[in-house]
Amino acid sequence: MTTETPVLNSDQQRHARVDRAMRIVLPVLTIVVALGIWEGLVRYYQVPKYLIPAPSVIAETLVKDGPSLMGSMWFTIKLTLLSLFFATVGGIILGSIFALSRTVEMCFFPFAVILQVTPVVAIAPLILIYVRDTFSALLICAWIVAFFPILSSTVIGLRSADHNLRDLFTLYRATPLQRLRYLLAPSALPYFMAALKIAGGLALIGAVVAEFVAGTAGQSTGLASRILESSFRNEIPRMFAALFLVSVVGIAIFLATSWLSRAVLGNWHESEVRREN
Amino acid sequence: MSTATAPTLINIDNVSKQYGSGLIAVRDMSLKIEQGQFVSFLGPSGCGKSTALRMIAGLTSVSTGQIRFGGEDHGPQDIGFVFQEPTLMPWATVFNNVYLPLRLAGVSRKKAEPRVEDALAQVGLSKFAKSYPRELSGGMKMRVSIARALVTRSRLLLMDEPFAALDEMTRFKLNNDVLRLWQEYNLTVIFVTHSVYESVYLSNRVVVMAARPGRVVSDIEIQAPYPRAENFRNTPEYANYCAVVSDALNETLDTGDINH
Ligand SMILES: Nc1ncnc2c1ncn2[C@@H]1O[C@H](COP(=O)(O)OP(=O)(O)O)[C@@H](O)[C@H]1O
Ligand SMILES: [Mg+2]
Repeated sequence: MTTETPVLNSDQQRHARVDRAMRIVLPVLTIVVALGIWEGLVRYYQVPKYLIPAPSVIAETLVKDGPSLMGSMWFTIKLTLLSLFFATVGGIILGSIFALSRTVEMCFFPFAVILQVTPVVAIAPLILIYVRDTFSALLICAWIVAFFPILSSTVIGLRSADHNLRDLFTLYRATPLQRLRYLLAPSALPYFMAALKIAGGLALIGAVVAEFVAGTAGQSTGLASRILESSFRNEIPRMFAALFLVSVVGIAIFLATSWLSRAVLGNWHESEVRREN
Repeated sequence: MSTATAPTLINIDNVSKQYGSGLIAVRDMSLKIEQGQFVSFLGPSGCGKSTALRMIAGLTSVSTGQIRFGGEDHGPQDIGFVFQEPTLMPWATVFNNVYLPLRLAGVSRKKAEPRVEDALAQVGLSKFAKSYPRELSGGMKMRVSIARALVTRSRLLLMDEPFAALDEMTRFKLNNDVLRLWQEYNLTVIFVTHSVYESVYLSNRVVVMAARPGRVVSDIEIQAPYPRAENFRNTPEYANYCAVVSDALNETLDTGDINH
């Protein structure tokens, strides 16, 4: 099986390589073609750039406004990653407590649900009033959005360990810490990784939405403020440029969490194991 | 292996088990299991075989009665348990799965290595130490499970319908493996099964159980000599014992119907 020498012939290996390359080439090609059509249509119909700017104009703006946009992007990235970090830490800690005690879970789960179901746009103004520091206020908003999936998945994951394996750990007198480390945590990992992928996207949404609510009050501000600001000034290409950067951040987060999930689960979990047909 | 003079290893004294639902899974079970015996618990599904085994392993408490361990310094920590499913950790390699009991006992990886390798060799899986469970067939997974039960060198092996889900060919092979390990390591084995043929082939004692409530209805000694091999299945002796055990089992089914 795994220990034996590979018996794939060069033809099959080449086929596998081509298949891997196609995974990247095809989507990139599609996007390039789409951008080309966009560019062509805008030029052909001479659409004014304050309505729909051509990709080339957006690219120009990106270069021209680069330094200021980069600063905003960094702000958004910081906000997103920090909120994701705190959501992860909080979700794991609270999730573990919930998993250990049904009583605690019954007491506090409703609060988690209330936080989840109340739209962040509705809470954000309050938080902005109570928390003086804008960055902290935005952080709390983004955290609220990203926190819930991690919490609920951690609880379910920690409880999902096979009951026979639990018995086995009892039979061999595992300490609670050994049980957590060698049984509960690995069992929870697939659930947690799925939640992390969702939470990564939600953290960005939370960060952008919260900043929209906050407006452009602060001096150091993120991409959402750039979009608002450009909209007031009717600088449509700049809006597109900022939007583009938001997407880039989102895609980067998606790729990073997907890569992490594959790295952690790739050897054993059905969701990440590649099967040959 | 004369079982008549061997010391008592497990003394099950008037044990009953009632679950929270009120269901009596085992009623008034009394058995003395001797060191070195190969005992099968045979009975229809739901007659309390698993419950009895789990009480012996200390995985569930007895409601009344007592289970005492005698003979050597057998504590509950010296038990190897094999479940109906292989019950492997999918995230761990075969090596790490077999290493688990020693790891939980605080044995370092380095010290454990020869013992894990030895256990894997015993079940013929030396080459698969680095494989993951999903890469193995059902029979191979079961072998890993057996290796894990052996790695602590426990002398008492409890098996809960371990081969019920396997095809017959694989089951026959594993039956012979278990017999070999039993003799080589001087194990005491309690083997739960619902197959008359499997119980007669393997054991020197078959404990027949009935359901509603779960109880022991007969205790049959199988005096055929060991080592037993495939040709034992073709002997009249084997056929006779199968008939005797079958009859005992059928009676339990009848009473079960009357009770219903
Ligand atoms: N944890 C449990 N809680 C409540 N009832 C149980 C539990 N485990 C088993 N039972 C019941 O006890 C009876 C005996 O079960 P079991 O010991 O699993 O029988 P067997 O292994 O012979 O099929 C069954 O009726 C089963 O439904
Ligand atoms: Mg059972």
